[in-house]
Amino acid sequence: MLELSGVTRRFGGAWAVDGVSLHIPPGRITGLIGPNGAGKTTLFNLIAGSLRPTAGAIRFEGRDIAHAPPHRRAALGLGRTFQIPRPFAAMTVLENVLLAALHQRGERAFANWLAPRAVAAEERRNIVRAREIIDFLALGRLAAAPASVLSGGQRKLLELARVLMAEPRLVLLDEPAAGVNPTLLETIIERIRELHARGISFLIVEHNLDLVARLCGEVHVMAGGRLLASGPPEAVTRDARVIEAYLGGAA
Amino acid sequence: MTGLASYLCFFATVALTYGVAVLGLNLQWGAAGLFNVGVAGFAAVGAYVAAWITAAPAPAHWGGFALPIALGWAGAMLAAAFAAAIVGAATLRLRADYLAITTFGAAVTLQLVALNATALTGGPFGIAFIPKPFESLADRPLAFGAANLALVAAVTAIIFVALERLTQSPWGRVLRALREDEAAAASLGKAPDRFRLQAFVIGAALMGLAGAMQAQFFGFIAPDNYLPVLTFQVWVMLVLGGSGNNRGALLGAVVVWGLWTLSGTLLAAMLPGAWQARGAALRLVAIGAVLAGVLLARPRGLIGERATVSRHVVHTGEQA
Repeated sequence: MLELSGVTRRFGGAWAVDGVSLHIPPGRITGLIGPNGAGKTTLFNLIAGSLRPTAGAIRFEGRDIAHAPPHRRAALGLGRTFQIPRPFAAMTVLENVLLAALHQRGERAFANWLAPRAVAAEERRNIVRAREIIDFLALGRLAAAPASVLSGGQRKLLELARVLMAEPRLVLLDEPAAGVNPTLLETIIERIRELHARGISFLIVEHNLDLVARLCGEVHVMAGGRLLASGPPEAVTRDARVIEAYLGGAA
Repeated sequence: MTGLASYLCFFATVALTYGVAVLGLNLQWGAAGLFNVGVAGFAAVGAYVAAWITAAPAPAHWGGFALPIALGWAGAMLAAAFAAAIVGAATLRLRADYLAITTFGAAVTLQLVALNATALTGGPFGIAFIPKPFESLADRPLAFGAANLALVAAVTAIIFVALERLTQSPWGRVLRALREDEAAAASLGKAPDRFRLQAFVIGAALMGLAGAMQAQFFGFIAPDNYLPVLTFQVWVMLVLGGSGNNRGALLGAVVVWGLWTLSGTLLAAMLPGAWQARGAALRLVAIGAVLAGVLLARPRGLIGERATVSRHVVHTGEQA
């Protein structure tokens, strides 16, 4: 589904990501872990498109996307969330989600004058779908509230709701557990499992090893910009090199 | 009384032509956050194109196709849109301050072209005898003024409704999202440059139409009409009326054009002849002072921006 070969990103003289190759098959929840400064976030941004690689190829469903802008990756079915949620604070929760529907007819300026009925009909269909997603993520009560009133955890749920509206096949989650209270974290984990059961693949960058162990079938460990180990979570967390990296040996 | 009434018609007609330009700027700045400081350039493009299309042939300038006024206005909008597409495609990737410099430069360049490309534009003498709408009524000033006012009011109303629809549409929702957080909107599949370019082009087309309508109502254009002071006026109208609000844009146009006209009349009456030319600068001072005063009392303009909700979204039975 997602294939990285020799992906490299240099900032000045430093190699933030150095020749990473990995393969993420469809239908899985894959984890990407590593100590601070390992290059996880850089690699995440390279896949999501906010950074372009210095070298290497990134293929999503066979298509080379290494240099495609973020909006094109999203349109291809590669969704992402942000580590610190970025809701459109002045819009309502419902409008935040509605916005994310792809290829809306009403996004063509002239269609709003020339085909207003078609736009209205499409908008009604999207509203039904958006409300389903909002209810699914336990935000139904807040649909009409401006996104600015949401708590940190609710903002994470809203980000997930927005991404789902774009009907992605692979979702990149950037630290979904960070800053979320334990109760809400259970909701998030449960929803990710449910979405996975519906056929959506996930790639999760996370510090919280507990979440990774509970969700992910396969985990990739990065340290010093390179891929250190790959495998099922229980095997990887027992790997001597990984333990050393986490305890500071990789510095 | 007839004199005053027909003067008021003319005043309102001109104020509404400014209103159309302010509506265009409101789409660019209020909705899309694009800092266009080249309003005068797009108005100039519209004015000259409309003059070429509708005026009678004349040796002093190019064009003179003597075609109907409606064609002149349509041509003006297309030409201004085309100019904006070129400027925009080259610069919309730039951050706000660079866009400002580029649009300002483009407007100054266009004004200099109008001044110096004598064979095309008539140079400093401009283009005269541009036909006015309802010319057959010209011997009855009140009917003539009222007909012109009705025409420009109808055009303004259509544009107002069209823009309200657009800002409350999914298209407008994308622009609001881009203004709030471009990276987040892009991560949801929205191409930032595409939407910004569209807003820029549609806004510029309206500025071109405003230029064309003014050319038609005054019957005469010259490069002096398109100095940066025109851009300044349109910006003051938008900021004073309430950026982000189409009603505010129109209100600002009427109020500022009223102040501009009134201060001009007062200065002409109060200053001795030798001081008239220098005194004209006081109009800018007066407008600036009024703007500062309004913004102190109402920082968001006379009618500020309201939270826009997409027109198809009806929230019922939920807590807001």
